[in-house]
Amino acid sequence: MDFPKDLLFTEDHEYARIADGIATIGVSEYAQEQLGDITYLELPQVGDNFSKGDSLGVIEAVKAASDIYSPLSGEVLEVNTELEANPELVNKDCYGKGWIVKIKMSNSSETSSLMNADDYKAHVE
Amino acid sequence: MPYISNTDKDRQEMLNAIGVKDFKELLKEIPGEFLFKGKLGLGKGKSELEVTKDVKSLAAKNKSTSEVTSYLGAGSYDHYIPSVVPYLISRPEFQTAYTPYQAEISQGTLQSIYEYQSLICNLTGMDISNASMYDGASAMAEAAILACRHTRRNKIVISSTVNPGWIAVVRTFTEAMKYEIVIAESENGALELESLKKKTDPETACIIVQNPNFFGNLEDYNGVADLIHGIKGLFIVAIDPISIGLFKKPSEYGADIVVAEGQALGLPQAFGGPYLGIFAATKQFMRKIPGRVVGVTQDVDGKRGFVLTLQTREQHIRRDKATSNICSNQALCALAAGIYLNTMGEQGLKETAENCYWRSHYLASKIGEISGFELKYKKPFFKEFVIKTRFNVDTIMEKMLEYEIFAGIPLKRFGMAKDEFLVAVTEKRNREELDKYADTLKIIVKGL
Repeated sequence: MDFPKDLLFTEDHEYARIADGIATIGVSEYAQEQLGDITYLELPQVGDNFSKGDSLGVIEAVKAASDIYSPLSGEVLEVNTELEANPELVNKDCYGKGWIVKIKMSNSSETSSLMNADDYKAHVE
Repeated sequence: MPYISNTDKDRQEMLNAIGVKDFKELLKEIPGEFLFKGKLGLGKGKSELEVTKDVKSLAAKNKSTSEVTSYLGAGSYDHYIPSVVPYLISRPEFQTAYTPYQAEISQGTLQSIYEYQSLICNLTGMDISNASMYDGASAMAEAAILACRHTRRNKIVISSTVNPGWIAVVRTFTEAMKYEIVIAESENGALELESLKKKTDPETACIIVQNPNFFGNLEDYNGVADLIHGIKGLFIVAIDPISIGLFKKPSEYGADIVVAEGQALGLPQAFGGPYLGIFAATKQFMRKIPGRVVGVTQDVDGKRGFVLTLQTREQHIRRDKATSNICSNQALCALAAGIYLNTMGEQGLKETAENCYWRSHYLASKIGEISGFELKYKKPFFKEFVIKTRFNVDTIMEKMLEYEIFAGIPLKRFGMAKDEFLVAVTEKRNREELDKYADTLKIIVKGL
């Protein structure tokens, strides 16, 4: 299983890739594997504001549905609209084409509460 | 024959197990003054024959619409039920079927629900219907909750012309959720657009209306959908399904969610239930609607089959985040409505609606000719109307009942005007009965 070093993770299996104050958010490979075939994602709107830990959307698989909790606080800049027609991208390429939202971070100190790849690997194992 | 199978010995063992001396000790928390002392006035035991006789004589005190001509409405109506409806729904395969979890053994039930949903979509003009809810009022409450969750807002604006019983149910459902209910005023028996505009703000999740409304009047919602859609809220419309035979579908005036009481579609009034909650919405809300949904699919051999679908909204999967606590439906009542709609067809529904319309207007004008009675609202109405009178409403109702007529429902029962009552006329009332209503009223008034 892949745990890219450039990512930060939450206990709920979301990841954030941070660059220039913008966090690209998705779910980890472990999460997509646990969920199975993903059939639908309920996504937020550009401009929505979330606090760390808020539910920013819902990820729906054949036999389960789960909230996506925002790893960080901020405003939604971009939503991966590709997922509306191709939700399976989350299964196929969760760290690449399967990203979910991009958030403009409002509190960069929150990153310290997230896990690095090694800690997250230990967490899921 | 003893129906309680516990012996004195069993009882003592149970009491010992929980560490109390006797049954009375279990009641010690209740203050003595509230405990009943003495003997219950139940008399001696009776034989089955005696009990049957007693209960029959009690039941005979009821007056039902099978012996009394009914003009009662306010949400429950005496429409004709074609014999094929009770005949088919009483088939044991349907009457005993439980929630159809197992598609392998429930194709008949699932197909009947799928057909019901398709008919409701056709009737309302909406894209998706659920498998039904408990009744119209709870369907309305679920629609309001959906709107609040979808918009992440807390304010529900309801027209004061919506059935007050339904408004009360919306309150009950939403009270603990801390949603705010705001009533938009009416004028001359219809929602007042200016009041609605004032009450609607960017915190408003939805506007709820009823057409025809509680007073039977048909309302014009020109501008209402634009008003609520302008602030990205939802337009929720309650309808009388029979009225669709003659009037516009709510989809034509911008409804996002349509709810209705389905009792008119082949279900007896039955002293208040079981009824049928109709719930339909546009495709946008497919994953947010409450309740069960049946879909059509293919099995491994490519044959058509029916299954429960979109279940990730429901409690057994989504737990506390489920769209609703209701994971059941009124399958038998939905089946009745499906058979009713198939039996009537488009033409039958149209004729039923026309008969309701003309017969109610005939009676309204006959009553209006009698001195001391007038039609309250000078507005288009469908099958129900309000009469204002200078006589005592209760006295009129009692006297009419002596002539085997349920003449209407006093509006004061709903905390409304004391001198008004609501009269409903369905396609079942023929000219003779309608004339008898007016003639009897004349006779009664003479004696007052």
